[in-house]
Amino acid sequence: MSPVLGKPLNRVDGPDKVTGTGRYCGEIVLPGLAYGLIVGASVASGRVVSIDETAARAAGGVYGILTHENTPKVANAPVLIPSLAGNPAPGMSFFPMQDDTVHYWGQPVAVVVADSLEGAAHAAALLDITYESSTPVATIEDGRAAAYEAKTLFGGLMPAHDERGDVAGALAKSDVTIDQTYHYAANHHNPLETGVTTAQWDSDQLTLWNSTMGVRADQLTVARLLGIPLSDIRVITHYVGGGFGSKAMVWPHVTLAAMAARHVRRPVRLALTRPQSFTSNGHREEQEQRIRVGASRDGMLTAIRQEKLAVTSHFDDWAEPATGVSSEIYGCANYLGAHHLIRGNTMTATFTRAPGESLESFTLETAMDRLAYELDMDPIELRVKNHPPVDSHGNPWSSDGLAECLRRGADLFGWADRDPTPGVREDGHYLVGTGVAAAAYPVAFMMPVQRARARIFNDGSAVVQTGAAEFGIGVLTAMSQVGADALGVDMDVLRFEAGDTDLPNTTSAVGSMGATMQSSAVHNAGTTLRNQLVAHAVNDDKSPLHGLATRDVRVESGRMVSTLDPSIGESYADLLQRNRLLDMEALGSWTPPPLDTPHGLFTFGAQFAEVGVDKDLGLVRVRRMLGVFAPGRVLNPKLARSQLLGGMLWGLSQALLEGNQIDRQSGRWALNNLGEYLVPVHADVPDIQVEFVEVDDDVVGPLGAKGIGEVGQVGAAAAIANAVFHATGRRMNELPMTAEVVMNGGGAG
Amino acid sequence: MAINHSTAPADTGVRGPEREPVTLDVNGATYPIELEPRVSLLDALREHLDLTGTKKGCDQGTCGACTVWVDGRRVLSCLTLAMSCEGHQVSTIEGIAQDGELHPMQQAFVDHDAFQCGYCTPGQIMSAIALLREGNATTDADIAEHMSGNLCRCQAYPNIHAAIREVRDADDGG
Repeated sequence: MSPVLGKPLNRVDGPDKVTGTGRYCGEIVLPGLAYGLIVGASVASGRVVSIDETAARAAGGVYGILTHENTPKVANAPVLIPSLAGNPAPGMSFFPMQDDTVHYWGQPVAVVVADSLEGAAHAAALLDITYESSTPVATIEDGRAAAYEAKTLFGGLMPAHDERGDVAGALAKSDVTIDQTYHYAANHHNPLETGVTTAQWDSDQLTLWNSTMGVRADQLTVARLLGIPLSDIRVITHYVGGGFGSKAMVWPHVTLAAMAARHVRRPVRLALTRPQSFTSNGHREEQEQRIRVGASRDGMLTAIRQEKLAVTSHFDDWAEPATGVSSEIYGCANYLGAHHLIRGNTMTATFTRAPGESLESFTLETAMDRLAYELDMDPIELRVKNHPPVDSHGNPWSSDGLAECLRRGADLFGWADRDPTPGVREDGHYLVGTGVAAAAYPVAFMMPVQRARARIFNDGSAVVQTGAAEFGIGVLTAMSQVGADALGVDMDVLRFEAGDTDLPNTTSAVGSMGATMQSSAVHNAGTTLRNQLVAHAVNDDKSPLHGLATRDVRVESGRMVSTLDPSIGESYADLLQRNRLLDMEALGSWTPPPLDTPHGLFTFGAQFAEVGVDKDLGLVRVRRMLGVFAPGRVLNPKLARSQLLGGMLWGLSQALLEGNQIDRQSGRWALNNLGEYLVPVHADVPDIQVEFVEVDDDVVGPLGAKGIGEVGQVGAAAAIANAVFHATGRRMNELPMTAEVVMNGGGAG
Repeated sequence: MAINHSTAPADTGVRGPEREPVTLDVNGATYPIELEPRVSLLDALREHLDLTGTKKGCDQGTCGACTVWVDGRRVLSCLTLAMSCEGHQVSTIEGIAQDGELHPMQQAFVDHDAFQCGYCTPGQIMSAIALLREGNATTDADIAEHMSGNLCRCQAYPNIHAAIREVRDADDGG
């Protein structure tokens, strides 16, 4: 049926990316371009007493300096709501440089604009800023006594407390219980391209070239903060050098770039430096989690209680959720999930790849592994036994596949021969072990109506458009495939355009919803135009197809043919030319199912890992990883595999490498560069494999495609930790599992 | 890297701190421009020559996105002063494809989906081609070790390794 959908095609943007000709948002050439640079506060709590600009202005080439004394007041206070909801989406309910208060280290206190990058950096260094500072509250230990239970998260979008049944009673009666506490270090996204905005005013019209995961969110947010009409702001993004959540929300530097450009009456490019990127676009918060699990002797879960404690900002009740997967993936009548917060001197944390799911599943899936040992059960059988056919509301899954993923993975990984005894396999200096974990990531229909446009010209070439951003997700390729099949043309005559608020609206590609919502809108636009063209042909008495029922016409390679007699037909181009039509176009819309749609909505998967742990040094080396996933329709398996591989290696990174902490004296992040904040390098990568389990899903959109951007990370770190236990007999209750943690017996627990 | 200055134009006086005439040789073309001495090779390429294929990932020498060749050796252009490259041949990603034909390494990156966002890609390719020339791609462990200065946050590493192996093996066979 589908000529190109589902084929492992190369990326259409490949040549642009391998030749360096693709333009990113900090590479826009504009006449008179000036360079803006943020100056961040060097205290974490206090106020700006004075800013002496004398030396900075004397350095030469300075066009202007914004501080709290001359920065325009925002027209509307920012209110944090996730960009997936389709509203203005500031990253926090705070905008800097409105007064002299400093809430967190690195908070923008000035923007210097100069005629060169070097000039801006030099002048910024010459700003003489004095502060009054007080002792910050920046870590869990600083604020534990002042913790409170949050009622809602994400600006009220989701409840922070989830409870059913009688957890305390069930735990008391359980044959077996697990009670563990975990500590997780903060993570930073660190896309290779930091946040960057180029802003240009033309009278009252503002154009932003912004490195973003959603142009529409930028337009909505900046319009609201500046108090100008949406029609006066156009946001363009060509290529984006990675997001991982850091560009899911609209952070202050975007609006500051627009303010600076207006101030100096020139186009301004404002790029975050690498160190600034640690304090400018949120982070995954340091957190403590505690889980209590009860089970019967025959391996059925009776109770789960999962709680989280973390530091949030002074402006927002933000926590990445710790309960979205653990409340659903296993059937359990008694469940309690809660989030506790501490207000501190930090910016509001934000979405970081698999936000919530990655760490909550680490807690849950390592607890499940403990339980399997307590019960002397195979950990795969324990999971399969407890995975229900319905969610906690009794709704069937729109599509499942978890058990199949676990079983397929077990076959491929060679699980059957595994001796569960921990600490008995040696390979030279290494102790060797294997582990497994389940994965799930929600499908969240929070977005408004999604739109795309399809247009065909009378030479048979076509353009399909939607305002999506290409930040590595392969949207240009996958949507070219969807559009070509929907319209019935070959890919080489179709161009897919994206990354511009002048194009039909799609919401930020966040929460692993990009493929689902974009493909649904593009599919509907393409099929709507195809139906228009076919209807036109069968009603045109000069068409060879005249008089046929539309259902008796199919389209291939831009040619409409009768299914009754394939020799009868004509091309789109012939139809349009004969009717003196230069083109024809259609807008396609897709309305997501309601939030209370009666289905459980997840992408499921299974993760397997083999590790070697150095007996003397505690170094963990991952030898093999296998992920098996059931994402419904796979639009392009080559790209899907890459994205899932990426997620799994993010899991490896979260397990072994990534972590930051705030210095309690200064309130400053200890690490602010890629030399010290560790991310995987080529040499860290193990033998890694991705497999798919096919499931049909007719709920999540016309093509049945679920997201894959994040589920690849979920469970990966837990599989590694379970493998470390199998290798060493030591349980890991702290991330990252550094050599010290391994040698000290696993940390927080 | 250490750059041999003996081939640079004779220069008796102090240069800078204002802009000075500088001649850069990039991808075989000569660019007479004016630069302050403090301008890095990376910023000279991106801001003064509009050769934006070379990427700025950290500006601190930690990520490898800015990898170019000077006289055929890979260097981090963010840690190299542009003026120090006078009299030397600078090669960037824009000079790799010839007559519109992708270099085999570029084509292998496309075929193996060895990138996602593409921002580290020019640096990865500049290192990958150099790796073969250096003789540092003989084994998988060699490739992993000698590519480790080039970070890929999308984690396209397994696909990058496959691309390098393919080009290496084609070279060996050819």
